[in-house]
Amino acid sequence: MKQLRIVDTSVRVLYHSIFVLSLYFLFAGHNQPGGGFAGGLTAGAAISLRYIARGVGSVRRAFPVQPWTILGSGLLLSATVAIVPLLLGGAVLEHDDVTVELPLLGTVKATTALPFDIGVYLLVLGLTLMAFEAFGDEPEPDSDLAADGEAAS
Amino acid sequence: MNALVALPLALPLLGAAVSVVLGRWRPVQRLVTLAVLATSLVISVVLVVRVEREGIQVSQAGGWPAPFGISLVVDRLSAVMLVVSSAMLLAVALFAIGEREGEGRHVGFHPVYLVLAAGVAGSFVTGDLFNLFVCFEMMLVASYVLITLGGRPDQIRAGMTYVVISLVASIAFVTVLGLVYSATGTVNMADLSTRIPELDGALRTGFAVLLLGVFGIKAGLFPLFSWLPDSYPTAPGPVTAIFAGLLTKVGVYAIIRTQTLLIPEGSRPDVLILVVAGLTMVIGVLGAIAQDDMKRILSFHIVSQIGYMVFGLGLFTVAGLAGAVFFLANNIVLKTSLLLVAGIVDRFAGSCRLSETGGLVRRAPVVAVMFGLPALSLAGLPPFSGFVAKLGLVDAGVSSEAWAITAVSLAVSLFTTYSMTKIWAGVFWGERDRTPSRTAHTSDRFGAPPLMLIATGAVVAMSLAIALFAGPLWDLAERIGADLVDPSGYVEAVLGGDS
Amino acid sequence: MTVLLALAAAVLFATGTWLLLQRRLSRIIVGLGLLGHGANLVLITAGGRRGTPPLIGESEPSTFADPLPQAMALTALVITFGVTAFLLAMGFRSWQLTHDDEVEDDIEDRMIGRAGRPDDAVDDELAAQRAQAEEDAS
Repeated sequence: MKQLRIVDTSVRVLYHSIFVLSLYFLFAGHNQPGGGFAGGLTAGAAISLRYIARGVGSVRRAFPVQPWTILGSGLLLSATVAIVPLLLGGAVLEHDDVTVELPLLGTVKATTALPFDIGVYLLVLGLTLMAFEAFGDEPEPDSDLAADGEAAS
Repeated sequence: MNALVALPLALPLLGAAVSVVLGRWRPVQRLVTLAVLATSLVISVVLVVRVEREGIQVSQAGGWPAPFGISLVVDRLSAVMLVVSSAMLLAVALFAIGEREGEGRHVGFHPVYLVLAAGVAGSFVTGDLFNLFVCFEMMLVASYVLITLGGRPDQIRAGMTYVVISLVASIAFVTVLGLVYSATGTVNMADLSTRIPELDGALRTGFAVLLLGVFGIKAGLFPLFSWLPDSYPTAPGPVTAIFAGLLTKVGVYAIIRTQTLLIPEGSRPDVLILVVAGLTMVIGVLGAIAQDDMKRILSFHIVSQIGYMVFGLGLFTVAGLAGAVFFLANNIVLKTSLLLVAGIVDRFAGSCRLSETGGLVRRAPVVAVMFGLPALSLAGLPPFSGFVAKLGLVDAGVSSEAWAITAVSLAVSLFTTYSMTKIWAGVFWGERDRTPSRTAHTSDRFGAPPLMLIATGAVVAMSLAIALFAGPLWDLAERIGADLVDPSGYVEAVLGGDS
Repeated sequence: MTVLLALAAAVLFATGTWLLLQRRLSRIIVGLGLLGHGANLVLITAGGRRGTPPLIGESEPSTFADPLPQAMALTALVITFGVTAFLLAMGFRSWQLTHDDEVEDDIEDRMIGRAGRPDDAVDDELAAQRAQAEEDAS
């Protein structure tokens, strides 16, 4: 893929800032606009930018873990958070919160909705990565595609 | 506390997550799938007992009371559907593991299959119209992946039709949801049940017809069924079996639930439902006659049998609804077993075209028996369970004096028998006229690996058990019918008092 | 405002339906996207008059917009998005296999439609069409 210097440089700057923004959305989601889904999509946007600038290889290198592992652990986390209250005698998805005083950060209110949101975040992130994994490659010559089709069927 | 109510939905999702994370180890995936589905089956049986003893089980997700939160409700109908569906899902999972075609080659099979299980269970337990949509979608998205598993050209072609049609139905569902919400301000089904009667008469009937149309696409009602016989047969064997057994039936469940619970008496489009039922029966069975492929014949019969269930619903009497529910549960078992046998035939003979197979009664007698029993039952011959189901419907039709539809249903039975005879003569008797293009797996002693035979045998045994315990099961069906005719118990259980 | 939304929904439904009736998968997918947006607009319109953001502490609860249709529309949007992505993947696969994204007829069905002619002729034609399909695939 041909690299464009302007795109490449802007992505270098933007990539990490967008990721930080996505984390902000994730943590702000409890009582402000945001949440795991919005955060995950923002992170997905960062990944798309990286893909546009430097191709699918760079996206693969950015995450040492396989996309479906990210997706699966996200789903696992969310499903566990949904089920745990049942074991404690509550209803599905019932949440609790705890307020703690932390040094430097001050008063922090943490809820059990947060792990659920983190799960959603990971799920969306994994899904985006999987999409690039599956369709991000440069179109290959025809013979390879046909061989691929044989192998998959 | 009704922790059990949420588990049939939550457990398979958790299992799917574990299955994705541990995707590298196929034996672990298999173990997870079987363990989750077996647990779901046990939970469903416990739920039936509880509902019988203590009444309707309700759980409010997140602890928010109805109608503000999401209600999960298990009444007799939901509990019975849960038992039948989880038993079928378990048997088909065993079959798929035995076959090792799609299941062995694709990492995604087990997680997606569990998501399908969660979607089916969710559709049965949800007490909320919007979550019915979400669970339907969960089930459908999983089915899109399963139907195209392998990516053969004919699968892609059939899959496109299937996905596009399903998506159009889903969009229509969202639109109807928007209209219902703007008229009533709620999507909780129990709450809707109290608010829809306050609406204008034309609006009520309008909603009834819209909901019938939306779910009619998913259930495969005339004239909205043409996608079904086109797409189902192209999927891998076990996938076709579970689709044929469950997916359209979830649509029928949704039709029964919405028409009885949401739409008050007097606004129900009963004549329309009966006309549609008759046409579905006739067109489905006539479509089957011309086919040359065992799976396609059976797929057209799915359509035809849907007509019977809707016929029972259209009467809106206790006996009619009891017949519809009995027929529905029984048909899930029969259709699953017949298409599992079709999967075995496809593998054993290399084809399931009538012209390319033959003589299986000598070469694989066990398979022939496992086809013969449910086929006779489907045709409605005594002493099988299909006879009980049809007798119940005909009896209900006669006592409601719906002569025309009852006569149609009896005539269609004859054609069903004809189709089953045709499959028997083409596949199990005679010689094949042509050699199939694919290679056959004739090396197995009884026609298939033991696990496939055990799974199919278990489903056939279940259909025989339905015949054996027809008395108590019919009583249960009548209690369900009574619940459906008078949904006040359902409404009270959801809205009154926090559980 | 509501009239405007209703008009927009109507236009989306109309164009979506027209695109859906085409034979190319790419157009069908765009059509489904438009239909999905139309349905979501209907859902949003179901929430009634507009109001302030329903965030506790930012404005009076009595002036809140109804948040439920928005939540439902978001969910529906996500689902439509996922399915559209899947359809695109399928179109890609179809293009890989046949270099075409036209939704084809069911060969089996076509053959049965021509039943009544001598069996041999039908068999030959079926075999030819299957050979063609396999050739396209490989």
